[in-house]
Amino acid sequence: MQNLTTKLLAAAALVAVAGCAKKAPEQLPPPPPTETTPAPETSQPTGPVGSTVVPGSKEDFLQQVGSDRVLFATDQYDLSGEARATLDSQAAWLAKYPNVRITIEGHADERGTREYNLALGDRRANSAKNYLATKIDAGRISTVSYGKERPEVAGSDEGAWAQNRRAVTVVITGM
Amino acid sequence: MKLFRTLLIAAAASAAPLPALAQSITVDITGGISSPMPIAIPSMPTPAIAPTPAGDTAALGRQVAEVITNDLRNSGLFQPIGPSALGQVSFAQVTAPDFPHWVGTGAQALVQGFAQANGDGTITVGCYLYDVFAGTEMTRQGFVVSPANWRRAAHKCADTVYTRLTGEGPYFDSRVVYVSETGPKTKRIKRLAIMDQDGANHRFLTNGQNIVLTPRFAPNQQTIVYMSFVNDRPRVYVYDVGSGRQRLVLDQANMTFAPRFSPDGRFIVFSMAVNGNTDIYRVPATGGAAQRLTTSPGIDTAASYSPDGSRIVFESDRGGTQQIYVMSADGSGQQRISFGSGRYATPVWSPRGDLIAFTKIGGGFRIGIMAPDGSGEKTLTDAWQDEGPSWSPNGRVIMFFRTAQGSGKADLWSVDLTGVNEKRVPTPLDGSDPAWGPLLP
Repeated sequence: MQNLTTKLLAAAALVAVAGCAKKAPEQLPPPPPTETTPAPETSQPTGPVGSTVVPGSKEDFLQQVGSDRVLFATDQYDLSGEARATLDSQAAWLAKYPNVRITIEGHADERGTREYNLALGDRRANSAKNYLATKIDAGRISTVSYGKERPEVAGSDEGAWAQNRRAVTVVITGM
Repeated sequence: MKLFRTLLIAAAASAAPLPALAQSITVDITGGISSPMPIAIPSMPTPAIAPTPAGDTAALGRQVAEVITNDLRNSGLFQPIGPSALGQVSFAQVTAPDFPHWVGTGAQALVQGFAQANGDGTITVGCYLYDVFAGTEMTRQGFVVSPANWRRAAHKCADTVYTRLTGEGPYFDSRVVYVSETGPKTKRIKRLAIMDQDGANHRFLTNGQNIVLTPRFAPNQQTIVYMSFVNDRPRVYVYDVGSGRQRLVLDQANMTFAPRFSPDGRFIVFSMAVNGNTDIYRVPATGGAAQRLTTSPGIDTAASYSPDGSRIVFESDRGGTQQIYVMSADGSGQQRISFGSGRYATPVWSPRGDLIAFTKIGGGFRIGIMAPDGSGEKTLTDAWQDEGPSWSPNGRVIMFFRTAQGSGKADLWSVDLTGVNEKRVPTPLDGSDPAWGPLLP
């Protein structure tokens, strides 16, 4: 019990520090909410106004952009028209919140060797990064490849593989 | 500390085998499994039952015979008749076999021996090989080990028998490091694990907190180089087996992966992805500046040294698809060697230098071999997804991993160069990325 209390106190301290840090950029992001509400998990109304979603947050990103991910053809890393449209919507959102940093996670389907797929995932993540970097500061974007080690869908068919060949944009909070 | 000593039991030991025997009883390793040699391995008696921390010497003598039986069976070249199917041999018979009896069992060769406790806390395992029809001794050796290392004495005896009857180098007294896997396909937990080549003495080295991939032994086997996703930054680390500590090999932001030691242990060759382009580099194993070896805009990865350290085989998609290339160890003279249909990945140079094993992609994923000049290509396995070959210390057996369609569960398998003797390697959980170490010192 004592340990738990200590942890909670530590967490409260971190929140306070984060609150201070947010004051640094004067005018850019909208003010943080005054009350601490638990992060909403259930589906939210599509309208941004009046929602409990914090603007500039992970949840806000997922609601506002076309998709958090772009998909690729087998053994390819070039961006389709659909992928570019998705990244355009991400770039527009990111332009509104210039303090937000992102990591792009590159993935491959299981039908490749392990080492090659790590390199292929890196290619895909960088393909998305390079496109976004024409619209926002490249310094805000980091990449990581998971190769075929973290599939989104477990199946061994073309439908599953198509969803696993992806580059996923993840908003980093607390930066 | 020297845990292991080899000694000749008697001056009469045949340092030079008799030519007549060499002709009378040998195993043809190239002919496949047409006729595995029947060989009898009775339980090894003890001159006096004595307790040891690993059990008494009578029990050890039986277990040693069982391990030898299992090793020889796994090689695919023998049809062993083990201790469970044979009666007890007296200590006096170890050096004076009842040959007419053994002729009756159908065995062509006979392995006998003994387990003896020495005064100093060690045990001696005696190992004798006989030609049953000729009624003669072919070789004998003794192994002094601490009782905890009794399995190594058994593997050494099996290696002695294998080497004497096939003319090939030994490989049973060796270990494997690999990636132990468990959990659902989308969230697999991957841990480094180490074990004897037959699956015994299994031990986990990492706790599964980070994804770990592609472990490879250093030549001295005291360290393992591998890739870990520590802090979600996939990079190459060196793990010290003795202390359990790990060290980042190259401190920079890019992904580094697919590492492997040079045969002299002085360098680590690896791949690094920079802005979507993957090339091969090498770095001194003790740390320092990395030297870039390839500059193609394609994916250059899976580098593996020739056993003399002068050349490196690797895969590259610079020509459009994954193919195998060879270059000098300094990166000069890059030359494609694979020209068959399909794609080629993860080339690994045999410790004998005569062959390169690889993953062949086309329809399925299969394990294949070819000469270093690209000639003599041969496919050894046929399953939905086999990949990641690794050579036995004698270059006669290849371990790899096989992934199941759908579930994504992977297991370790071995196959010999004939492609006929394919066996699953037992592991407590699922397994991938095996790396077979050199013969133990």
